[in-house]
Formats: sequence, C-alpha cells, structure tokens
Amino acid sequence: MTQLTSCIFGFNIVEKMMDIHGFEVVTNNFSSFMVGALVTLELTALAVAFGMILGLVFGLLRLAPNFKIGYHLSGLYIDFFRGTPLFVQILLLYFGVLPFFGDIGAFTSAVIACSLNSGAYIAEIVRAGIQAIDQGQMEAGRSLGMNQRQAMWYIILPQAYKVVIPPLINEFIAMLKDTSLVSIIGVSELTLRGKLVYASTYEPAWVWGTIAIIYFIMTKLLAMFGDYMERRLATE
Amino acid sequence: MIRVENVCKSFGLLEVLKGVSCYVAPREVVCVIGPSGSGKSTLLRCINQLETVQSGDVMINGMDITHPSIDINKIRQQVGMVFQLFNLFPHKTTLENITLAPTKILKISPAEAHQRAVTLLGKVGLLDKADVYPHKLSGGQKQRVAIARALAMQPKVMLFDEPTSALDPEMVGEVLEVMKDLAHEGMTMMVVTHEMGFAREVGHRVMFMDEGVIVEEGTPAHLFDNPQNPRTKAFLSKVL
Repeated sequence: MTQLTSCIFGFNIVEKMMDIHGFEVVTNNFSSFMVGALVTLELTALAVAFGMILGLVFGLLRLAPNFKIGYHLSGLYIDFFRGTPLFVQILLLYFGVLPFFGDIGAFTSAVIACSLNSGAYIAEIVRAGIQAIDQGQMEAGRSLGMNQRQAMWYIILPQAYKVVIPPLINEFIAMLKDTSLVSIIGVSELTLRGKLVYASTYEPAWVWGTIAIIYFIMTKLLAMFGDYMERRLATE
Repeated sequence: MIRVENVCKSFGLLEVLKGVSCYVAPREVVCVIGPSGSGKSTLLRCINQLETVQSGDVMINGMDITHPSIDINKIRQQVGMVFQLFNLFPHKTTLENITLAPTKILKISPAEAHQRAVTLLGKVGLLDKADVYPHKLSGGQKQRVAIARALAMQPKVMLFDEPTSALDPEMVGEVLEVMKDLAHEGMTMMVVTHEMGFAREVGHRVMFMDEGVIVEEGTPAHLFDNPQNPRTKAFLSKVL
C-alpha cells in the first residue's frame, strides 16, 4: 500500500495524512464515535419499536369513527406531535414534564420523546396503509361472518403491512437522523460526541465530516434493507 | 327463508330503495333483473346488512336481522355472498381462501376444513389450483373459488351480486354452470344478474326492479314471454 501510493503520488500519502492534525483527531476518537453510533442505533431502534406500537394503536383508532373518544384522542395526539418540532418536544418532556415523575434520566426521556413523535407519523402511515386496501376485502370478510376485528386481523392487516413498508423505512431513516437532536439534553449519542471532540480540538471539517459519514452509512444500510424487503415482498 | 318488508335505503339524498318487499322461499332460486342503478345490488347487500336499512325489516329464518340485539356475524355465517369483483384474499392461496373463515370463525379443525375445501374445489373444478395465489387465476376461476369460499361456511342461502358482470364473455359459462349445479342441489339462492338466459333457465321466479321498486315479478315464462308492465317490456326489448 505504502509503496503503491508512493509510486502514484510521488510521496507516501498515508504518512502525509498522518501529519494532519484533524486525521489524528478522528483516529484517536474513532472508538468513541463508534460507541456514539451504537447509542444512536439503540435509541432509534427503541423509538421505532415503541413508535410502531403507538402508531398501530392510534392509526387503528383513527379508523374507528364509531369510537368517538378514541378517534378524537388519536387526532389530538397526531396533531400535536406532528405539529410541533421534535426538538421542542424533547426539551418539553425532559425539563417540563418528566421531572414530575421522578428522575427518569436523559436516555429514557429521549426514547419517550422520539417514540411519541415517531408514533404520530407511523399512525398516519398505518391509517393510509389500511385505507389503501380495497373496501371489498373488508366486505368479503364480514360477509363470511367475521367481526370487524377478525376481518382486520386476518385480512386487512396482512395486506396493509406490504403497503406500509416503504413509508415505514422512510420514517426509520428520518428518525435515525433526528435522534441527533437529543444531544441537547446530554444523551451521549453520535452528535454529542462529535460536539465534545470538536470543542476540544477545533477540527470542524474532520470531526463533522466523519460524523456525517457515519450517519450516512447507517441510513444507507437501512435504505438497502428497505429495498431488499420491498423486492422480497414483490416476488411473494 | 328471506323476507324483506318495506325496506327503504338512501345514500344521502339519493333514494335507492323505496319500500321494497319480497321473499325467497327455501330451495327457491330468485333472480333479480333490471337496469343499472335500479337498486338490485343494494337490495342484496341489505339482506346481509352490508348496507344498513333506514326503515323496514329484513327477516332471515324468521328473525328480524335489522334488530340491534341480533348478532349479525352469526347471521352472515349462514348467508353466503358472492361479489361482482370476487374479492378473493390476495395474500392467501386458493385453499387458504376457502379454509380461513371455517377455521377461524366456525373453529372447525384444520384437517376438516382442508377436507371441506378440497371437496368444494373438486366441485367447482379447480382442484389443481389449490396452492395457487389468486393473481394467477383467470376471472372465471376466481369467481368459482369465491363461490367455494362462501360454500365452505355451509350457508343456508347464497346471495350472488352480478357474479358474471366482470368476466370476459368466454368465462361466463363456467361460473353459471357452477351456479346451475348449486341450484339443482336445492340451494336457496338470490341472484342479481344481467344474464337473462340464466334467469330464464334456472330461476324459479324473476323480479324486475327499476328506480328502487320491484316493478313486476313472476315465473320466468310469465315475465320474459308475457310481461305486463310497460317498463318491464321496455327493458326486456333492449336486453333480449
């Protein structure tokens, strides 16, 4: 490698780069960034998992106009969490709401804020996915003697989940990037670690460049997973 | 078996059924004909309460099913329905389409449901398609599977909502053939159809509907060969 680059550039590029302070900063802190990336992934996974449960519940409530309280409650929930910035929700929850429930900690607080936010978007994805299924499917199920719940469970949801996968992957990717906002309450995820390293080294291009690349790799992998799922479902 | 009394139904300001009364006796095949928008399909859908009625009664086996205390799901288990657009479950194979409701709703064993489905598939001539998904079937095959699916619940009545209207002409025959067999076995049937040949040959009684009322009814011979009402005459002169 060293010899090869020497041949091409006329000097040893690897050694040349090692002279640069920023590169050293990145290599020295790389394991810390990796831990941060893991925290980011953990936060995203938890937020999306709880968000899916919330989304399914509130999405289904949104489709039950006969159950007035649930329908309106769900509307209120979706409106609020889609209509205010996630950044503000994180601050409100951590400083304004959760202290009343004892010392919950920044990470848990961040998971709750992100889950609630994600749940609102996923509720709309679920609603749209269910409404995309032909009305005749529900009628066929009901005409066989199924009640609303059985027809939903055996007929509509198994079809709707294929429809919701692309927008759901989209939401996962957005959530992964948005977890960077929780750095404000001191959750030691990727962005906060970047901030700390930057503050002590003043190498913005190297530090933020590296952070950006790590985020990009994570979202790209998620997107590739989404493409794979879509292809698999298409052939089924 | 089925008795409909003075049923009214409107969608918003549009009155679709204006006080319809009719009946279907056990083992009888009643065909409903009439122009598009005359309320035929709506009448059929009111009978298993896929549409709720504004006034009037729908009696099945002597029970008024419009009454709130009736468990409509129980009633629907005895009333099979076949739709114009088949409405097969695309995520299930032919066999699973047929076994789903019996196993989940009637709670019969998977083995028994499987046996029932195989028998029914044999009856509609599609045994070789048991493990195929609906999108691989032709329209006529889909509709035959849909009939088998409804029959798997062992209903006492079968409702057909224009079962051949969405089919290519060459596939109409195979579906009508299955329905004919069913009629000969003594199934009670109410068939909304544009197939006048079928109504004449298989129907015990034919009802002509127009603008939300039953204009005329009688035996096929009476209605087709000797219609009394001018609207019936006008309609038949266009379609026959």
